[in-house]
Amino acid sequence: MSKTPVAAAAKGGSKMHNTLVYLRQHWQLYVLFMLPAFALTVIFRYVPMGGILIAFMEYNPIRGILGSEWVGFEHFNRFLSSPDFMRYLMNTLKLSVFGLLWGFPAPILLAFLLNRILSSKIKQKIQLVLYMPNFISVIVLCGIVRIMLAPTGMINMLLGTSTNFMTMPSAFRTIYIASGIWQGAGWASIIYTAALSNASKELKEAAVIDGANIIQQIKAVEWPAIKDTVLIQFIMSVGNIMSVGFEKAYALQTDLNLNASEIISTYVYKKGLLDGDYGFSTAVGLFNTVINVILLISMNALVKKMNDGKGI
Amino acid sequence: MNKKKKKSEFAKLPAGDKVLMLFAYTILGLFLIAIILPVIYIILASFVDPITLQNSGLSFDFSKWTTTAYQRVLSNSQIWVGFKNALIYSILFTIISVVVTLLAAYPMSRADFKGRGFFNTIFVITMFFGGGLIPTYLLIANLNMLDTIWAILIPGAFSVWNMIIARTYYMGIPRDLQEAAEIDGATEMVYFFKILLPVCTPIIATISMWQFVGMWNSYFDAMIYLNSASKQPLQLVLRAILIQSQPQPGMVSDMQSTAARAQLAELLKYATIIISSLPLMIMYPFFQKYFDNGIMAGAVKG
Repeated sequence: MSKTPVAAAAKGGSKMHNTLVYLRQHWQLYVLFMLPAFALTVIFRYVPMGGILIAFMEYNPIRGILGSEWVGFEHFNRFLSSPDFMRYLMNTLKLSVFGLLWGFPAPILLAFLLNRILSSKIKQKIQLVLYMPNFISVIVLCGIVRIMLAPTGMINMLLGTSTNFMTMPSAFRTIYIASGIWQGAGWASIIYTAALSNASKELKEAAVIDGANIIQQIKAVEWPAIKDTVLIQFIMSVGNIMSVGFEKAYALQTDLNLNASEIISTYVYKKGLLDGDYGFSTAVGLFNTVINVILLISMNALVKKMNDGKGI
Repeated sequence: MNKKKKKSEFAKLPAGDKVLMLFAYTILGLFLIAIILPVIYIILASFVDPITLQNSGLSFDFSKWTTTAYQRVLSNSQIWVGFKNALIYSILFTIISVVVTLLAAYPMSRADFKGRGFFNTIFVITMFFGGGLIPTYLLIANLNMLDTIWAILIPGAFSVWNMIIARTYYMGIPRDLQEAAEIDGATEMVYFFKILLPVCTPIIATISMWQFVGMWNSYFDAMIYLNSASKQPLQLVLRAILIQSQPQPGMVSDMQSTAARAQLAELLKYATIIISSLPLMIMYPFFQKYFDNGIMAGAVKG
């Protein structure tokens, strides 16, 4: 199988020649189609990654990155050894883990329930109502939540009490998660409803003819039809566990519930943009991102193992 | 006729299933009530007079009902500025974002595209890792984009997720269409605009809807990048009224006492929620047909 160097070089040359021909023929793909997205990605996604260096500096906006003083891991040490660190980390984790625990099954349950509605017309009308809250903005949602939970609001009216829930740290997570389910469960159920309606009709009819009751139908036909979707959705949710939305947590914060509602992203915002502590804020943000990436990689590895070497 | 058939279908079920079905309907019913009840409550309470509302909440003493909250909100110019800005930002953002995303998805959909793996890696990394808030903010500041509309429109214009969805959709279009076009000597541009895009309208509509609604409803970027009152989108105006309880000055300033201003500010929240949600809620049923195919497109990739 030995080739003379000349032949190999000729082959390499023709390969390069082929590439050049390809590029000349298809330059439009690169310049007209790809360039805008590529440029935006490099400028607004990759340049800021270079800015992570700030996390290791006492950043001075006037001197810029090149003129600022290096401080190594000082910001990380300061954050990790501060008494607040554990609280913010736990607030973030609890909010997302409990949010996942309650929020993840809700749309699956809804899809199963919807699947039992016999009339497709009624089902469509119900879906219209179920999806609606998804289109309400975070601000309006939080405005509604605050109104409902005010001392004279609807919840207190129904309970016959006058508690101010918004000032109770112990109520914050429940409020956050419940309002999340209120807003998102209907919309999130679409993907499962679609998977359920893709379940083989013949299989289901056969099951019914064989006298399978609802529980048996769910076990034999419906659950297998959505199992994969559930798994994929679960992995994606776990991968996003550290990226709890800033917008909603910030809009539900009050001075009195900060004990539970201050999470890493709101802390990064306050430290960085309100207090101007750029280096420290960047370090805290980086810490958050790194945990998220680690979680994602380990989750992907786990799935590969479970799923015969197929990751996501 | 149809109804009768459904009824008999239910009657045919075994007893155990009937119980389960009633159970399912009950839970679903409760969920629906939980969605609708707050909406009805807010509509009703928005007409109650401010003093009663603060002291005892919703009341059905119709003689005291008032439309003052609506008059005050609607006659305030900042709300309209917010609406106008939100509309401009959302439309421009949707156009820029959809164009950039659809263009990039095309080479990525072609198996013969050299460098596909490279671009894919570059893009996907940004879904999971980024510089974070401060480095991005400093970049925008260095580019002199602070307090300009571009800070809102440009940095987030390319959506990797939507690109993946569009790419998946393109790949479902039969190849013979392209081969026929190539034989006819069509250039990439002609094929893309004249042949590919027209058969992709469902996915374009879906992505456009996502981008529009997303921009309309977000407030974070506007909060950190825009300072001028004249540039604030609706959500920031709403945030002042609903979350910070700081209505626009003109809305309550004619009230004599602090207490009266606070009561009125509370009532204004109700009317503000209704007024700000109305446009989207009216358009919403028309969107519905795009929901399913969009979600399905997302499901393909998973």
